[in-house]
Amino acid sequence: MKPFSFAGPKTLEEMNQVLAQASSHGEIRPIVGGTDLVDQVKSGRRTPSVIMDIKRIPEMNRLEWVPGEGLHLGAAVNCTDTAAFSPVIEGYTAIKESCELIGSIQIQNRASVVGNIANSAPSADAVPGMLVHEARVVIVGPAGRREVPLDDFFTGPGRNVLAPDEVILETIVPPAEDNSSSHYLRFIPRNEMDIAVAGVASFVALEPGSRNCTKVRISLASVAPTPVRAWAAEALLENKEITAELVREAGEKAVEASSPIDDVRGTAEYRKELVRVLTRRTLLMCMESLGQPLQVN
Amino acid sequence: MPKIPVSFTVNGDPVEILVEPWQTLMDALRDELQLTGTKEGCSNGNCGACTIMLNGRAIDSCCMLAAEVEGEDVITIEGLAKGGELDPLQRAFIDYGALQCGFCIPGFLVSARAYLNTNPHPSEDEIRHAIAGNLCRCTGYDKIVRAIQHVAGTAN
Repeated sequence: MKPFSFAGPKTLEEMNQVLAQASSHGEIRPIVGGTDLVDQVKSGRRTPSVIMDIKRIPEMNRLEWVPGEGLHLGAAVNCTDTAAFSPVIEGYTAIKESCELIGSIQIQNRASVVGNIANSAPSADAVPGMLVHEARVVIVGPAGRREVPLDDFFTGPGRNVLAPDEVILETIVPPAEDNSSSHYLRFIPRNEMDIAVAGVASFVALEPGSRNCTKVRISLASVAPTPVRAWAAEALLENKEITAELVREAGEKAVEASSPIDDVRGTAEYRKELVRVLTRRTLLMCMESLGQPLQVN
Repeated sequence: MPKIPVSFTVNGDPVEILVEPWQTLMDALRDELQLTGTKEGCSNGNCGACTIMLNGRAIDSCCMLAAEVEGEDVITIEGLAKGGELDPLQRAFIDYGALQCGFCIPGFLVSARAYLNTNPHPSEDEIRHAIAGNLCRCTGYDKIVRAIQHVAGTAN
């Protein structure tokens, strides 16, 4: 590995002193799980001059449910702990499901949802669930604190809005509506340990005891330069009575939000078909979870 | 670049070593502490040959910097046997012939031990999921699964 120095700040103030030295993008890299970063540095894809372990900073380890505010998910909270947290199990199924299928148990024990966001891979499994739950990213650094909707965070493959002297402190995920459900599905050619060819998360909220939809969110992974929302598919379903036919149409509409490429994991055409199928399936899973299963031919 | 002193426990014993900032925990265990049972396979978190327990949980030590281990508790394959007695999993791997070339086995054993500590009686499907982060290039999975099932008391 190309030599770098190691910083282990124990407070946000100490962290800001390290970050104040940053003059260019990627010069100072925070490390949480290291499951992406260490390999990127070994292979020369990233060449930081400082790797900064932020796990010793108490605020980075926040995992808390606050009524009215929602879920505070600190940058250093690993996927295993995220998926086991009762409010996540009860209210954020898509996030739980994604945390349980990232990499292996070894990876989940170390990697964090925020690290998955910060790495900004288009294929990041933890991102679609966070997008459909409308997470906000809390960014800190010597210049202060700001919040960015996760929808506005990504700018390209491996790229995001973080300035050279900024890191993510936590994400805040607002409370899910009553009578709502979310699910995440990805397709990989084997059963475990692979990168998504395509992934889709859906969120559905219904009026109690009916199929009248009050809110829908759909997000796609691995089919565009960044994770994306399928806005048109959402608009098709919102404020309507959900039917099997509408779900089928939403699958078609979601494809329009994708701009996939051919690569070693799959062709663009195949990825579009996966978006169609996975959108339908995740929407149907939400309807089933809400006690309003739909008959599909 | 000055070396970094790190203090942590390995297999119950406190140790203090000097590490390079870019040295992985896997390399530090092997090169500084001569605990060579932890193997380097892919070195990027895919194969699990370097699996250790960090505070009781299985992790890939190739993806962790040694500098991050300050104050933590590490168990390696060398720590599974207690007082000269093999861990029941080690005994079962021998009895079932659950190895071919053997290179991946330390990682499998550490993964299986960490998993059984939290779920003592898993089904075959649960076992296969639990060891998905460990690859055997000889493809000798079946006997590995049988050996773990034997210890779990859930053999078919």
